[in-house]
Amino acid sequence: MLSLSLLGAASIIAGFLGAALAVFFGTRAALSKSAGKLSAVIARRSAYFAFFALTAGMAVMEAALLGHDFSVEYVARVGSRETPAYYTAISLWSSLEGSILFWGWILAGYGALFAFTRRREIGRKMDARGQPAQERQLRGRRSSARERVATTGGRLAPELRATPLVTAVIGVVQLFFFGLLMGPANPFGFVDPAPVNGPGPNPLLQNHPLMGLHPPMLYFGFVGMTVPFAFAISGLLLGNIEARWLRDARRWMVAAWAFLTMGIIGGGWWSYEVLGWGGAWAWDPVENASFLPWLTATAFLHSAMVQGRRGMLKTWNLSLIIGTFLLTLFGTFLTRSGVIDSVHAFTEGAIGPAFLAFIAVVAVGSLALVGWRSGRLHAPGQVESAASRESAFILNNLLLVAFTFTVLLGTMFPLAVEALRGSRISVGPPYFNMVASPIGLALLFLMGVGPALPWRRASGEQLKRSFIVPAGAGTIAGVAAAAGGMREFLPILTISFAAFVMATIVKEFVKGVRARRAIAGRSAGRALLDLFVLNGQRYGGYVVHAGVVVVALAISVSWTWKSEREMTLRHGERLAIKDYEVEFTDVWSREEAHRDVIGATVQAYRDGRPIGIEQPRLNFYRTRQQMIATPAVRSSLTSDLYLILMAVEPERGEHVTIRAIVNPGIAWLWIGGMIMGVGALVAIVPRRRGRVKGAGAELIAGAAVAAK
Amino acid sequence: MSSRLWKVGGLAAIAGAIIWLAAGGLSENMVFFLTPAELEARGANIEGQPVRLGGQVKPGSVEWNADTSELRFTIVEGASEIAVESSGAPPAMFQPGTGVVVEGSYGPDRIFRATRLMVKHSNEYAPPEHAGDAAEAYKSLRC
Repeated sequence: MLSLSLLGAASIIAGFLGAALAVFFGTRAALSKSAGKLSAVIARRSAYFAFFALTAGMAVMEAALLGHDFSVEYVARVGSRETPAYYTAISLWSSLEGSILFWGWILAGYGALFAFTRRREIGRKMDARGQPAQERQLRGRRSSARERVATTGGRLAPELRATPLVTAVIGVVQLFFFGLLMGPANPFGFVDPAPVNGPGPNPLLQNHPLMGLHPPMLYFGFVGMTVPFAFAISGLLLGNIEARWLRDARRWMVAAWAFLTMGIIGGGWWSYEVLGWGGAWAWDPVENASFLPWLTATAFLHSAMVQGRRGMLKTWNLSLIIGTFLLTLFGTFLTRSGVIDSVHAFTEGAIGPAFLAFIAVVAVGSLALVGWRSGRLHAPGQVESAASRESAFILNNLLLVAFTFTVLLGTMFPLAVEALRGSRISVGPPYFNMVASPIGLALLFLMGVGPALPWRRASGEQLKRSFIVPAGAGTIAGVAAAAGGMREFLPILTISFAAFVMATIVKEFVKGVRARRAIAGRSAGRALLDLFVLNGQRYGGYVVHAGVVVVALAISVSWTWKSEREMTLRHGERLAIKDYEVEFTDVWSREEAHRDVIGATVQAYRDGRPIGIEQPRLNFYRTRQQMIATPAVRSSLTSDLYLILMAVEPERGEHVTIRAIVNPGIAWLWIGGMIMGVGALVAIVPRRRGRVKGAGAELIAGAAVAAK
Repeated sequence: MSSRLWKVGGLAAIAGAIIWLAAGGLSENMVFFLTPAELEARGANIEGQPVRLGGQVKPGSVEWNADTSELRFTIVEGASEIAVESSGAPPAMFQPGTGVVVEGSYGPDRIFRATRLMVKHSNEYAPPEHAGDAAEAYKSLRC
């Protein structure tokens, strides 16, 4: 009988084969003297094939999950007939094997997407021996001049060798992940006899709909870092990391970064809505694992501009890309090998050692490549003045890398102590907060400085013109905050810096819009749109900065003025906290297919006016014998009322204990995160420059405005 | 050349400050993670220091006074037991036999005063025949 297990395993093997072909032919295309083009085409198609194979594997797994086929081991472990269909579908990423399958699928998707975006480099119409079918092409649809040039002769032109090589490197990473799926993390194991039902996913992972959104975002971000890494390796091998390489590596990095940003913020949101302690970020190793590559990727996005403009920092940029990729692998190792529970736990599965070995191979191999090519990577330029944009970027990079090291240190320290001394310790959030606040504030401040500084060297006059307004705005905001009754130093500083940065951003937009209006005679709105179309990288970047400002303010405000109160209430009694009141009215319980729910109904008031009914609940997941508290969150732009049902008097439900938390401004954390993600996507949306009137005059316009 | 010296010096100063900050923060915020047996063994040596204690809630040990909001229970691991005191209601997830981690410090009276209770969620699968309903599970809190 053809079981889903077999079908699934077959698709993984097919995917592995596709990846192997992509590696072989991609490498051959870059090296071969005669069969370059044919190999490049085969490599591209192999990448497509691997993606189709993994898509089939995903479909099989989803069919098994939704069809409750418990003969598939993974389904037997995370599925249950009672779990709602939505949570069954997303339980694909609720446990190890499924999440590696999902990872593999996304990786195959990136490989295919990359190959697809470069498909026009080499003629599509070829006969079996790799000779371009010129006749047909000429008689059929017209091909571009570039396509025709590319399809004559057998050897790949040097500038076309990068594409198959990048495909090959992505293929190597695929081989590792598909290999995991075939052995240590096989999701398609077969269970005989098949159980009639399973336990369902981990209750925490089926308690909130955000679970369907936050992990995929994070995975798209994590896995997306593979593409810039492949660019780095291919660039090193070919000895060419010039303008086009940099532009493309950066675009892929921005895309992955946007997903990672939304994934991290979404993770904070999920944890806020589900975990019931009233906060979004606890410096948990799992959270740190997602944050570390974000930091180094952010560093790269800035230092890449220095390379683009001044040709400097090539080795540094390559190291950041490689480091980011290593940190994504390391993060997955941390979260998936059990090493966090105990240093010694990771060797129990085969996943941990496999990851460590792969990390070591990637690290050593990349390092050797960088060393080998160091001669070609020498930077011609140097920083001329401390008051220049490049020095602001370098400082930003140092801070981000220092941030990475301190977070890594705090995350790894308990593991090191356990491995060396045997005693188990934990490093608490106070450590991370202590290092994060000064570094974060310094980075925030730099966001207001960098964009306003010119490249190379700023004159005293320029400095005055650039900073007088933003510095004034920052000072006024800080003084106003203090005069308004704020006494805490850090939030006042944050507000002041935030105003400084926002003023710089607004100033940049005003400058750009003026230039467009002067050059192309646009209306103000159209001119603003033009800025994004013409220079999405820059103005999208400013939108990201605005998002960071919003996030920084939200963190600072919600952290400083959070208040918390716990009370045991009888019917009709009220708990008062800040401008809210909560009146306990009722206890109820409800039996659902997969869980029992006990809830308290409370009436919430704000400033004495009723604002609605809230129902903090306790969900009891029968199969796993776990009670999960689900907080009730009433969000508003000014503050959130967060209610946790701590306990219910069990006999007659006469009293309940409720913990109430008021989090001011925390909604802006999610809003700011989304602004960051959207800004990054704006920066890379493909666009046609030719359509914009006066596009070529942009530089002249900028120069004209700068000279005014 | 002197400008280069300034740059290098400045960068070194920043790096130094961050290392100083990190090392200081690390030593101050290190919290030992102990089992009841390890806590007993350390005894007076660890009194008053922040500690995380992990183990299971001993069935039948949970006492909660709703009027004073005082919570007492015992954490066991193997043969060792530690009495824990805390204020506030037990989280309902807090069931006998659940793995918990409490943060606080050990007193000379051999009672652990917890400032934070955390429930360890396991991925272990409890076979359905052992499954009860929520009300029963909940009642067992007070047994």
